Amino acid sequence: MNATPELQETRDTSAPPKAIAAAQSGSHAPKISLGTLLGLPAAVAGSLIVHLLISKAEMPDETRDYTIFLSGALGVSLVLVAAQAFWMGLRHWLKESGPILIAVALLLCVGEVATTGFRWLPMPYFPSPAGILQSMIHDRVMIFDSTWHSLLLLAGGYSLGVVAGVVSGVLIGWFAPWRYWGTPILKWVGPVPATAWIPLALVVSPSAILSAVGLIAFAVWFPVTMLTASGISNTRASYLDVARTLGAKPSYLVFRVAIPAAMPNIFIGLFMGLGSSFLTLVVAETVGVKSGLGWYVSWAQGWAEYGKVYGALVIMSAFFSTIMTVLFKVRDRVLVWQKGTIKW
Amino acid sequence: MVSAPTAGVTTEGSALRVSEVSKTFPTLEETDSRTHALDGVSLSVEAGELICFLGPSGCGKSTLLRLITGLDFPDSGELWVGNEPITGPSAERGLVFQDPNLFPWLTVRRNIEAGLVARGVLHEKRGEVDDFMRLVGLSEFANAYPHHLSGGMAQRVALARALINHPKVLLLDEPLGALDAFTRMRMQDEVLRLWEARGTTMLFVTHDIDEAIYMSDRIVLMTPRPGRIERIIDVTLDRPRQRSSQEFLRLRGDILELLHFSGHP
Repeated sequence: MNATPELQETRDTSAPPKAIAAAQSGSHAPKISLGTLLGLPAAVAGSLIVHLLISKAEMPDETRDYTIFLSGALGVSLVLVAAQAFWMGLRHWLKESGPILIAVALLLCVGEVATTGFRWLPMPYFPSPAGILQSMIHDRVMIFDSTWHSLLLLAGGYSLGVVAGVVSGVLIGWFAPWRYWGTPILKWVGPVPATAWIPLALVVSPSAILSAVGLIAFAVWFPVTMLTASGISNTRASYLDVARTLGAKPSYLVFRVAIPAAMPNIFIGLFMGLGSSFLTLVVAETVGVKSGLGWYVSWAQGWAEYGKVYGALVIMSAFFSTIMTVLFKVRDRVLVWQKGTIKW
Repeated sequence: MVSAPTAGVTTEGSALRVSEVSKTFPTLEETDSRTHALDGVSLSVEAGELICFLGPSGCGKSTLLRLITGLDFPDSGELWVGNEPITGPSAERGLVFQDPNLFPWLTVRRNIEAGLVARGVLHEKRGEVDDFMRLVGLSEFANAYPHHLSGGMAQRVALARALINHPKVLLLDEPLGALDAFTRMRMQDEVLRLWEARGTTMLFVTHDIDEAIYMSDRIVLMTPRPGRIERIIDVTLDRPRQRSSQEFLRLRGDILELLHFSGHP
């Protein structure tokens, strides 16, 4: 395994004419099946036709936006199919994601048939996709506002929890007295779900926002501390020995050996903490803070506006998964030295 | 007979004295019994000498090396480098293991710099990093991460990382043990070249008799339970040595005889 990236690169550049020729002749391009290529516009068009047929009996005001949405999606899918012929990256993506996009289009169609079409599902609990889109557009200011509030709360709580967790994890993992006194706290207090502290938090905290930030921070603190401490205390002894013979002082051992060595573990803690922070955020917003997506969902439910409930869930899913993706990107950057050895 | 670095080369190495050193470890099964890893070991090493410790597992070679690094302390006896007693680890005594133990989160260049960073002198000595990468022939891999390196390359990085601090004594604990036979012979020459260039005192632990004869000024034969020095053999062959010369093979036979491995007649 002598090859390093640099070495491979120089080898690759030694034969560029061949590579370009291959790309031009198309023999190197990914083969995309005709089913995916035609299936995507067909599925979207199908959903649009079904929607137009079903919504004939409905009020035009309530279905117009969804008609526009599906027409737009049809236009985009046609453009994608046409553009992939010239754009290699797009073709890769389409080959990868095509079947999923088709499934989404079909799912929307089934949803519409099951709700507005045959009314299999009881109203008002299961509005049609058109109804959900309508509610989202109608309430967009409030939804945007709620998302913003959730983001602020989450950012505050999560970063506080991460800082506290990494600090206490390093202390517990490195210093024996901290480990002695910290381990029982971690063992007995940590596993209690953050949401179980809500009654106490509401009493102790001067404001609902502060209590929510504290609860989220607590939810993040436990897994981050746990994983950081175990990563630090499991630092390979020989790394520390080598560092000592290189003249390392204790600060070097902690910050330049133990913490980098624990980084893969710390990231597992960060991911676990992120999951529990989402949960705690939604619950805390529901019971304490009167803003944010969690609050919005229960508020809309109170008015039996289920279109808004589902609309908020759609936004929440996009919101949380975007944050998750960002953390994955950060992880890939920080742990670039593990590239090829991590599998999650 | 050339036993010290070639004339004209400054000797960075420093003399070393081990006197009456004993070290025991608790036996795992019975808490009150202890294993005698080293029992009354004494040894004097001249500045710039290359010494090999040879012996079966459990003879205390690695323990002795650890005591000299200062990572561990003897139960009794004294260890001196030059005129200073050893009281703890220091950048003056470099260590290379069988596993290169490169920091996987640092590139080759940053690994080699580690000693300068640890001592807080990176700023003044940054220029030396390139010299050391060239010295071990790894300049083009400066930005590679350790998991991209082969075993031999990784071990060369480990050597450069240990040498950048200009240690007075370099301790090598079976540094070539994990390499294949051909890489191993190439690396032996590499270590000898570094030794001759720098005049560092080197203590080299090995299981390999050929390696010991090929490299060392003196071979320290050790026996286990309790760990003791059985005999010290002067290797007076001219350098560079011929692995298949008469004298080489004769010495090899003598050592096998001493270790009772010469085979049945």
